Amino acid sequence: MSNNDVTRRRVLKTGAVAGAGLALPTIFTAQSVRAFTNEPTGSSVKLGFNVPQTNAYADEGADELRAYELAVEHLNGGGDGGMMNTFSSKALKGNGILGKKVEFVTGDTQTKSDAARASAKSMIEKDGAVMITGGSSSGVAIAVQGLCQDAGVIFMAGLTHSNDTTGKDKKANGFRHFFNTEMSGSALAPILEANYGKDRRAYHLTADYTWGWSQENSIRNYTEALGWETVNAVKTPLATTDFSSYIAPVLNSGADVLVLNHYGGNMVNSLTNAVQFGLRDKQVEGRNFEIIVPLYSRLMARGAGENVKGIFGSTNWHWSLSDAGSQAFVKSFGEKYGFPPSQAAHTCYVQTLLYADAVERAGTFNPCGVAEALEGFDFDGLGNGPTLYRAEDHQCFKDVLVVKGKENPTSEFDLLEIVEVTPRAQVEYAVDHPDFAGGDLGQCNPGA
Amino acid sequence: MLGLNKKDTSLLLVVAALTLLAPFILNPFPEGSAMAQFNAGYPDLMQRFVIFGIFAIGFNILFGLTGYLSFGHAAFLGVGSYSAVWIFKLFTYNVLPAIALSVVVAGLFSLLIGFVSLRRSGIYFSILTLAFAQMSFALAYSVLSNPRFNLTNGETGLQVYADDPQWFHRDGLPDLPHLFGLSMRSTYRLDLGAWSFDFNAGYYLCAVVLMVVFYLAIRIFRSPFGMMLRAVKSNQQRMNYTGLNSRPYTLAAFVISGMYAGLAGGLMAAMDPLAGAERMQWTASGEVVLMTILGGTGTLIGPVLGAGFIKYFENIFSKINDNVLHGWFAFLPDGMEDFVVAIIHPFIGKGWHLTLGLLFMLVVIFLPGGLVEGGQRLRNWVRGKPKTENTSGKTEPAE
Repeated sequence: MSNNDVTRRRVLKTGAVAGAGLALPTIFTAQSVRAFTNEPTGSSVKLGFNVPQTNAYADEGADELRAYELAVEHLNGGGDGGMMNTFSSKALKGNGILGKKVEFVTGDTQTKSDAARASAKSMIEKDGAVMITGGSSSGVAIAVQGLCQDAGVIFMAGLTHSNDTTGKDKKANGFRHFFNTEMSGSALAPILEANYGKDRRAYHLTADYTWGWSQENSIRNYTEALGWETVNAVKTPLATTDFSSYIAPVLNSGADVLVLNHYGGNMVNSLTNAVQFGLRDKQVEGRNFEIIVPLYSRLMARGAGENVKGIFGSTNWHWSLSDAGSQAFVKSFGEKYGFPPSQAAHTCYVQTLLYADAVERAGTFNPCGVAEALEGFDFDGLGNGPTLYRAEDHQCFKDVLVVKGKENPTSEFDLLEIVEVTPRAQVEYAVDHPDFAGGDLGQCNPGA
Repeated sequence: MLGLNKKDTSLLLVVAALTLLAPFILNPFPEGSAMAQFNAGYPDLMQRFVIFGIFAIGFNILFGLTGYLSFGHAAFLGVGSYSAVWIFKLFTYNVLPAIALSVVVAGLFSLLIGFVSLRRSGIYFSILTLAFAQMSFALAYSVLSNPRFNLTNGETGLQVYADDPQWFHRDGLPDLPHLFGLSMRSTYRLDLGAWSFDFNAGYYLCAVVLMVVFYLAIRIFRSPFGMMLRAVKSNQQRMNYTGLNSRPYTLAAFVISGMYAGLAGGLMAAMDPLAGAERMQWTASGEVVLMTILGGTGTLIGPVLGAGFIKYFENIFSKINDNVLHGWFAFLPDGMEDFVVAIIHPFIGKGWHLTLGLLFMLVVIFLPGGLVEGGQRLRNWVRGKPKTENTSGKTEPAE
């Protein structure tokens, strides 16, 4: 049955076959003739929208996808043009990008780094996407940003709030419009001090990944500077759906503030659990027990329902803003889908317009040209007031909103009220801020 | 040839031809046509076919031969990936040392887990391996990834940074995994009329590795050692009563299949230098069980077919969205079009699991021997042979 004789002749033969096999791939080292990865040559250009369609951030992903479809419609000259009319740069004409019709492919990140990269790779390799955008988790955004850097396409980050995205994991091909945990901390601190005083004892529940760590760190830095004490900080896995076992220890910890460093479905569940355990009615040494959700969104507020009333948090954008850009966006989004957009939808829509505009101004889809056009770009009219894309770390600087769950909502969308618009000057930080240290943009990579 | 009998030689040649010509076989539709959606011949997916094929071949050495059903094989794949990425971070982007280390580390790790788990058999063994794998996942996801001691980088996944030491990295070498300067990402695109075919260096490295390990698997299947493993599957108690200690054999099979998994993990990292904790999760372990059963347990080629089948669904069906459907059915009147799209909607896009589940059920019910049995029946039907009895020697269920 078996034949285990090893003869000299057989060893030589095997070696020759193996050698030929190893040599084979070297025939295929020639590079393609394109000047950069996926240079669009036809009459259309393809963008890749990589969003979570399953798992904890699926709601955000669905809203992001709506925003992308709206942006593509507007870029191609359909609809009412939305924010293209209020955008301070007038390079976009509604005839696609550089005259090429915009097409798109979608993918599911599953909020997992591996799946997100596989999806982005197939967009780049199979569909020929020249730009990838999306993501509703910082872990995924960082993983995909690294891939785009290697592959030589632009990555326009969607909803990603961790400092690391434009801190230690920043990449020359990646750009972020969304704000970060450092900005959340500096915007929230004065409000927390005014409402809750200077001698609180905080208990943190933190989603166990880059964003959670970053969020916890920023809030701790700012609240401890106020004089607050951090009693405990517990990490919870991202896939957790029942937080009872994490909430129970809070009751007897002596803490009088619970900080939920959770987002999306995580936050909806942990807040609901916290309320079920009676934390909101609890008194500690004569003071009301308080809950803080540093990163808020309307979708989360809707998921958590009644429970969000009076809870403070920060957000990148809210549909009730009254500037012309926000109103134009809310109007065209509302007409198409029948409800107002979330902050995730806003940042994704804006990122798509910013990319298209940068391509128009650069006159090329080459990632290096686009990056140059975006770096140090000052713009206005996209809903956040005057905004700067800082060249050193590819982070946008703009006003940050501090919001509170509304006590008497008038509709199912009117769940958050804006407490304060923290001006851009207050949330700006130096490029060499210690929480952002250790990264290197590197060189822009056009692929090919 | 190479110490194989005629039948096995031809099987090896078929596998070699399939893997080497995959860029052509998987891209049957012209680029830009409506059917191009179903093309699978792009580097990332071809690499996945082959890598998961290797993973499933290794799993089949344990499950198909000894009948020990491990529910924790993804842990070895993950460990292999992490070791490979650490080689990239510390030493060099050359893939050979990374792949070698991933095999060694996965081998040691499986020796440890196998030594403990193999004290039990049947369902208890499965549960033990599952428990170990979930422990490894929790370690990688959370415990070993805090800011003070970061071995795995948690949810983001371990990746290479510009400020990593990379002691043996020189300027002039690609800043990506490479084989002596040949970047794993370099792709030659051949345009033939409306068709285009991608020949990717990384894919061909994986393909060569697949052929080598497939050959090894054949030799194991046909060796006295393989015979001993089959004996374990058919009646381990009887073997023990004859005074033969079967544990060294099962442990060896466990370690070999763990090394195959580590090799697959190392190759995955070599194709894309990032190791995420999810690839150690129990769903990933379950996936390789599905691949093996779907393709045909205990057969040589079955696991490779099963791996290809599942990965094809995961990557192609999941990307069909409603827009694409509307494009296909645009010829129907409006109401009909929406109706048809609404019917198909749950089975595509994120519903690909549902389609796969249905197909899996059909295969298990009607083709207990997996896709391989389907192929055999088809061949018999074409040749006009009468139905043969179930090929029981190859397809008996595991205990």
